[in-house]
Amino acid sequence: MGASKLPGYLLGRVVKAAIVVLAIVVCNFFLIHAAPGDPASIIAGQSGAADAKFLEQLRAQFGLDQPLHVQLWLYLKGVLTLDLGFSHRQQMPVSTLLWDRLPATLLLTGAAFLFAVGLGVTMGALAARRVGTWGDSVITVLALAFYATPLFWVGLMLVLLFSVTLEWLPSFGMASVGVEMSGLEAVLDVGRHLILPGLTLGLFYVAVYARLTRATMLEVADQDFVKTARAKGVPEGRILRRHILRNALLPVITFAGIQAGQLVGGSILVETVFAWPGIGRLAFEALLARDYQVLMGVFFCTSVMVVLFNLVTDLLYALVDPRVEASA
Amino acid sequence: MTRLLTVENLTVALPAGADRPHAVEDLSLHLDAGEILCVVGESGSGKSITANTVMGLLPKGLPVTAGRITFEGEEILGLSAEALRSRRGRRMAMVFQEPMTALNPLMKVGDQIAEALQVHGQGHAARARVPELLAAVNLPDPAAIARMHPFRLSGGQRQRVMIAMALALEPALLIADEPTTALDVTTQMQILRLIREIQSRKGMGVMFITHDFGVVAEIADRVAVMQHGRIVEQGPASEILNAPRHPYTRALIAAVPHGAAAARAAIRPAPVLEMKGVQKTYQRGGWFGARATVRAIHDADFTLNKGETLGLVGESGSGKSTLARCVVRLVEPEQGEILFHGTDLRPLSRQGWLPYRRRIQMVFQDPYASLNPRRKVGEAIMEGPITHGVPRAEALARARELLRLVRLDESALERYPHEFSGGQRQRIGLARALAMQPELLIADEPVSALDVSVQAQVLELLAEIRQRLGLTMLFITHDLRVAAQICDRIAVMRRGAIVELGATDQVFGAPKHEYTRALLDSIPGREWTPPELSESA
Repeated sequence: MGASKLPGYLLGRVVKAAIVVLAIVVCNFFLIHAAPGDPASIIAGQSGAADAKFLEQLRAQFGLDQPLHVQLWLYLKGVLTLDLGFSHRQQMPVSTLLWDRLPATLLLTGAAFLFAVGLGVTMGALAARRVGTWGDSVITVLALAFYATPLFWVGLMLVLLFSVTLEWLPSFGMASVGVEMSGLEAVLDVGRHLILPGLTLGLFYVAVYARLTRATMLEVADQDFVKTARAKGVPEGRILRRHILRNALLPVITFAGIQAGQLVGGSILVETVFAWPGIGRLAFEALLARDYQVLMGVFFCTSVMVVLFNLVTDLLYALVDPRVEASA
Repeated sequence: MTRLLTVENLTVALPAGADRPHAVEDLSLHLDAGEILCVVGESGSGKSITANTVMGLLPKGLPVTAGRITFEGEEILGLSAEALRSRRGRRMAMVFQEPMTALNPLMKVGDQIAEALQVHGQGHAARARVPELLAAVNLPDPAAIARMHPFRLSGGQRQRVMIAMALALEPALLIADEPTTALDVTTQMQILRLIREIQSRKGMGVMFITHDFGVVAEIADRVAVMQHGRIVEQGPASEILNAPRHPYTRALIAAVPHGAAAARAAIRPAPVLEMKGVQKTYQRGGWFGARATVRAIHDADFTLNKGETLGLVGESGSGKSTLARCVVRLVEPEQGEILFHGTDLRPLSRQGWLPYRRRIQMVFQDPYASLNPRRKVGEAIMEGPITHGVPRAEALARARELLRLVRLDESALERYPHEFSGGQRQRIGLARALAMQPELLIADEPVSALDVSVQAQVLELLAEIRQRLGLTMLFITHDLRVAAQICDRIAVMRRGAIVELGATDQVFGAPKHEYTRALLDSIPGREWTPPELSESA
């Protein structure tokens, strides 16, 4: 029956997600307007010719002289047609800016995410399997170290070790500058640039997944159905994979959904440290330059991501655990 | 008959610091092919440990220190883990107590049965065998059931799936560890019949672990009685059941509720509680988006007179607990009158309810879950009276007195719930309810989580307290034998309605409704009358 109910379940989630995004857009709008100084005064300040008449003119041009609710309405209308406004600082539509930067961020966060889930779950599973041995202790201590170390410090140390001392890996940017490359070579080049920021962004989550997986696997291992499997003669390896790990992954999926959303926001720091040309750095630059249109665009973009990842998590959960769908 | 299993002088150690040095000590038993051996004992007697030792499923902390186990002519204690694994499921299989948790929630039941075949190299036969096996345990529409996840099945259906899984490779030995304890009586009877039928058809040897002598009477060929890790008596079922020799066996059998209604003093009609036209329905999003309405309570009128005990009897899901919870407003019915001394409680506000909270108290089923683990027993007992304005000193004096009444030591006041056994906790729960000096006590399955001898003690205590304090009681139970022992009148519930209501001896002696008759027929061991035993032994 699973398939027959899935569309209804999905539709319900999508509608909820849309409402959430709309609410976020409205909140962002008021948040930005609560900040001192409007775009007109900033542009005027930067152009150096700030007389009152010029300001009036700018305000009229951007619709800033309209009442707030009209401005909100205009902005919402724009968002619905994916028109996020115009960045006067960069002289480009905000949506174009975001589209340019999004792939880089998705590549970085996606890689960090896969790295974190893959390594974390593997470490957790290994630790749970050898619980109480020295192997378990090593993994637990390692995870604790990852967990406790601040992100920026890890980044700096990695750069110091691999870029400065060993000179193995590049420490900034997404591709080598001034070198013509094509095909596989270019892909490998991006890959090499990806390693350090990816590691920095993912290590903390490796620790979280390792601990989560270990704890839930130990919990599941005590459950009755594991004993049932043993009683019917299922070999230990298969019990671990098919019975314990699969059930233990449910909370991991829940957390992965949260992490996937946070990664986009959390990449601001890492993108800045490693000069990664993604959304995070765009946000940082926009903030420094008080480029409010871009900032609002970034907020919109990241919140859509968070909501989207949550949606995917819910869907995944319903696919993995048949009970969820039935109670939804 | 061929000897299938021999256990000789088996001793299994407990970890240091346990309440006794050995889980199982110097235990010997044997089982022939085609025989059902019931291993009987109360919780902690070592019966499950024995079963797990035979299966090679003992946890690491419990080493076998002495003894031999011979299965199909082969010594199996020294076998490698792999050799044991290859026998599990293939030559010997096991069914567990808790059908709700014994199946992997994420795997279709058909796949779980198929897995038993696959791991023993018979995966190719799975497609044909799985529906066959499901049909063999009398499940309707086997093909559809095979594709379902366990959560879609009822407890009885899941237990059938477990049995189908255990039988997949036609093992010579089936170990059933309390397989019917978690099931309703009618389902229990069906499962017992199923095990008996399959056993005689396949000539399996069955080691059936239970604490219930009714079940023993229903199914056993031979019986071994265990206490504190030792077998105290073993022999043919007829002998043990009708002429037990060991004092412990005699005590256990004497504690079995006999199911016969005792003569009762007549109750004068003086209504304390009247339920009139109470209705409770639950709405639930159904399959394909359709709304399903479940009528939890309807047509369940009754009157409870002063000093009377009324038993609400029914299977799980019959609405008996919901009905009782309506009385104390843990559940809010949408219609009807709940008259307490003539006042309708249903429309009262939270404030208006307060004075009645004290007068109506409840004792719950699970003595482990119903006491806050972080609060001392004394505080648990005194909390109610103190919140209702009784001075602390007086509440303390009352708590002391109540502990004496439920036969616990006064020192219990300063201890935490985890320091007590199940029976002791249930007494604490009783003391807590009585601390409010209620007129009406609602007991929701107060003894069903307890061992039979403890159950007998708690029932005795309840009867005594009721008499002494002149309590009126609404007693909810799924166990007809318990109801017969303690109730003046019995209301039989089914699907939210009371189908029969009458004096206990009438309901038992001349049941009018067919469902009541079906329930009575399902009492395990109903053809066995426990012998009258003097307590002298």
